[in-house]
Amino acid sequence: MRAAVVVFPGSNCDRDLAVAFEAAGAQVEMVWHKDSELSQNVDIVGIPGGFSYGDYLRCGAIAAQSPIVASVKAHADRGGYVMGICNGFQVLTETGLLPGALLRNAGLKYICKTVGLRVETSNSAFTEGYNAGDVIDIPIAHHDGNYFADAETVARLQGEDRVAFRYTDNPNGAIADIAGILSENRRVLGMMPHPERAADAGHGGTDGQALFRALAGVLATA
Amino acid sequence: MKARVHVMLKNGVLDPQGEAVRHALGALGFDGVNGVRQGKVIELDLADGTSEADITSMCEKLLANTVIESYSVEMV
Repeated sequence: MRAAVVVFPGSNCDRDLAVAFEAAGAQVEMVWHKDSELSQNVDIVGIPGGFSYGDYLRCGAIAAQSPIVASVKAHADRGGYVMGICNGFQVLTETGLLPGALLRNAGLKYICKTVGLRVETSNSAFTEGYNAGDVIDIPIAHHDGNYFADAETVARLQGEDRVAFRYTDNPNGAIADIAGILSENRRVLGMMPHPERAADAGHGGTDGQALFRALAGVLATA
Repeated sequence: MKARVHVMLKNGVLDPQGEAVRHALGALGFDGVNGVRQGKVIELDLADGTSEADITSMCEKLLANTVIESYSVEMV
């Protein structure tokens, strides 16, 4: 598996994501936001958490217009895998690769804690290492994690089995408790919680490991 | 020429900042504030002759996220 991790000014989970990919057996390259091309043989692009461009205007809005993101979109359009975590999820909704938007947390507070996530589907390269219904512990750290989409979009996500994760105890007001969603072809994942922060015993939890291992398993043969 | 873009969360989208302001106004003793919506104003200093279509495009592509926000443009 060859992974690329995009680095924006303000990204702060880029190295964590790279380490999690590497631990699962990936070769990782870091890609600067001003680069306009990904390497041709990249299997998956990771958009890490952080505060791209200082969250100016809206979280992820300016990153979504950066040169590298056009190549990330092209990669996704070719059927490539993309994973956006936290700010990365915000960037993916701003680019239109995933539907909906992330609003300020309903309680207005920045929340940093480990939460319970229910795996809603094992039918994706990201979640096939879990069973649907599994509850895993994954940290969140965000101010704008309140997922919003109109009723029609939420119904479509649910009808097409594209809700990847739900909060067991919704911390931010997200509609229908949604914590992570998949694209129509199930190859783009966006999620607010940080599986890369639960991928090593030293992190205090390893429930995120299965996600990276499952990806590596699927992409090793891709 | 200048354009002023007003960006607001759409009706029906929870505005927790507006709600916090409404509560604070109530705490100050201002009764009868039934709702507060908090938005933002973006002033654009533009080359003369910038088309309305270009300004609309700026709003749609970057300044507002039309999934959750509405916008209006005022020429000043």
